[in-house]
Formats: sequence, structure tokens, C-alpha cells
Amino acid sequence: MLDSLQPLVFGMLALIIFISAAFITFSRNLIYSAFALLGSFTGVAGLFAMLGADFLAVVQLLVYIGGIMVLYLFAVLMTSGIGDVRLTNRSIAVKIALPLALVLFFSLGKLIFETEWFAQQTVKIAPTTAAIGDLLLTKYLLPFELVSVLLLSTLIGSVALARQELRNSKENHD
Amino acid sequence: MSLAHYLTLAIALFTIGLIGVVLRRNLLVAFMSIELMLNGVNLSFIAFSRYLGDMQGQMAAFFIVILAAAEAAVGLAIIVLLFRRQGSVQSNLFQNLKDRIEV
Repeated sequence: MLDSLQPLVFGMLALIIFISAAFITFSRNLIYSAFALLGSFTGVAGLFAMLGADFLAVVQLLVYIGGIMVLYLFAVLMTSGIGDVRLTNRSIAVKIALPLALVLFFSLGKLIFETEWFAQQTVKIAPTTAAIGDLLLTKYLLPFELVSVLLLSTLIGSVALARQELRNSKENHD
Repeated sequence: MSLAHYLTLAIALFTIGLIGVVLRRNLLVAFMSIELMLNGVNLSFIAFSRYLGDMQGQMAAFFIVILAAAEAAVGLAIIVLLFRRQGSVQSNLFQNLKDRIEV
């Protein structure tokens, strides 16, 4: 029963992802692009859940939709006006970019469909959180610590960038 | 669903993101497209992880998510600063390093 539903769910998620990704790339309104991130991130989170990666699906929802998308919305609102539809001349870029992207797409697709992939293993879907926690504290301990240092430096770096501007503008006012 | 389906969707996401990065002059849209590309890569990592029955792919995807968050935070801070300085986020306007030729 669940297995027969799988292609349907996959197709719907793929459609959502595809439409919102195209919206992000081609929409002329930045706000629409930022909100279309929602559809594509949610769709990818759903696919993660379908693939049995429950922990990563939740992380995707929390970090991408709760964090990154909100950050993008703030950045869009702080930089350009809502109705900003200014577009520069992009005809030259279209002529180069589209064929290159299509060549990439079709060569990778050819690769995927012509490779003899390993036979599908029917691994039972099980919760992954405990296994990820084990790996984080054993095999991946060094990357884990490095990433925490990276996040700390990101935090300090962002604050430093913002504060510098604040100090400059205060000096200008005085 | 087979592995090829997931991989096809992943490369479609990656290609759309690539088009966005190359085509759009707006730095914010370029950043959003980079997030799309990272999502596509993550999808392929997790699909491989599932069909190989191995957790390593999920670990890679986990670290990619963290790096994407850090990249977005710093990148957007820089974009906001650039906007305050130049009044625009069109990437073709940032030519400060280009030589000014005195005539």
C-alpha cells in the first residue's frame, strides 16, 4: 500500500521542488524568489524523509526554513525595495549560460542512466538519530569540533561586520 | 523509486541553481541559487546513503547543511554592507578593483 503511493508522493515533491526552483531563478521579484525558497527546501526535506533520513529532514526544516530562509528574507528587505524589477541586460549571459547548463544536465543524466548502479539494497527504514550521534562522537569527532569552531568564528565575524558599520555611521553623525 | 530518479532530480536542482548563479546579476538571487545547488548535492548524498545502506552520506549532508548556514550568514552580512556602500546589489556594479584609466 505504502509502496504503491511512493511514486505519487515522489512526483508531487519533485514538481514542487522544480516549480519553486524555477521561480527562484527566473522570477523578477526578489520577494517571490525568497518565498519560493520555502517550497524547494520543504520539498527536499520531504525527499529526505522518503529516503529514510529522518534526522536530516528535521535539520533541513530547522536550519534551512527556520534559519536561512528568514535570513534571506531579511536581506532582501534590507537591500532592495519590494517591487524592484530592475534587470540588467542579460542576453549575452543567456546565450552562454543556457547551453552550458543544458550540456551539463544532459551529460550528467546520460552518466546516471548508463551506469550500472549497485543492486538496490532493501535496508529497512529505521530511526537514524542514534547512529548519527554515535558517528559524530566517534569517527567524525574532529570535523564536528572544527565545525563548531567555524560556527563560532562565523558568529563573531558577522557581529564584527555589522558593528564596524555601526561605529562608522556614529562617527559620521558626530 | 530507484536511485536514478533521485539523482536526476538532484542534477536538475543543481543545473537550475547553476543557471541562476551565472544568469542573474543580483547577488541575492545568486546566493539563493547556491543554496539550491547545495540542496541538490545533499539530495544525491542522501540517496546514495540510502541505496548503499551506509551512514557516511548522511554525515556529509549534515556537515554541508552546517556550512551552508555559515556561508549564508557571512555572505548576507557582506551583501548588506555592500548595499549600504554602493546602493545596489547588482554584481556588475562592483568594479572597485578595476583600473581607472586616466585620459
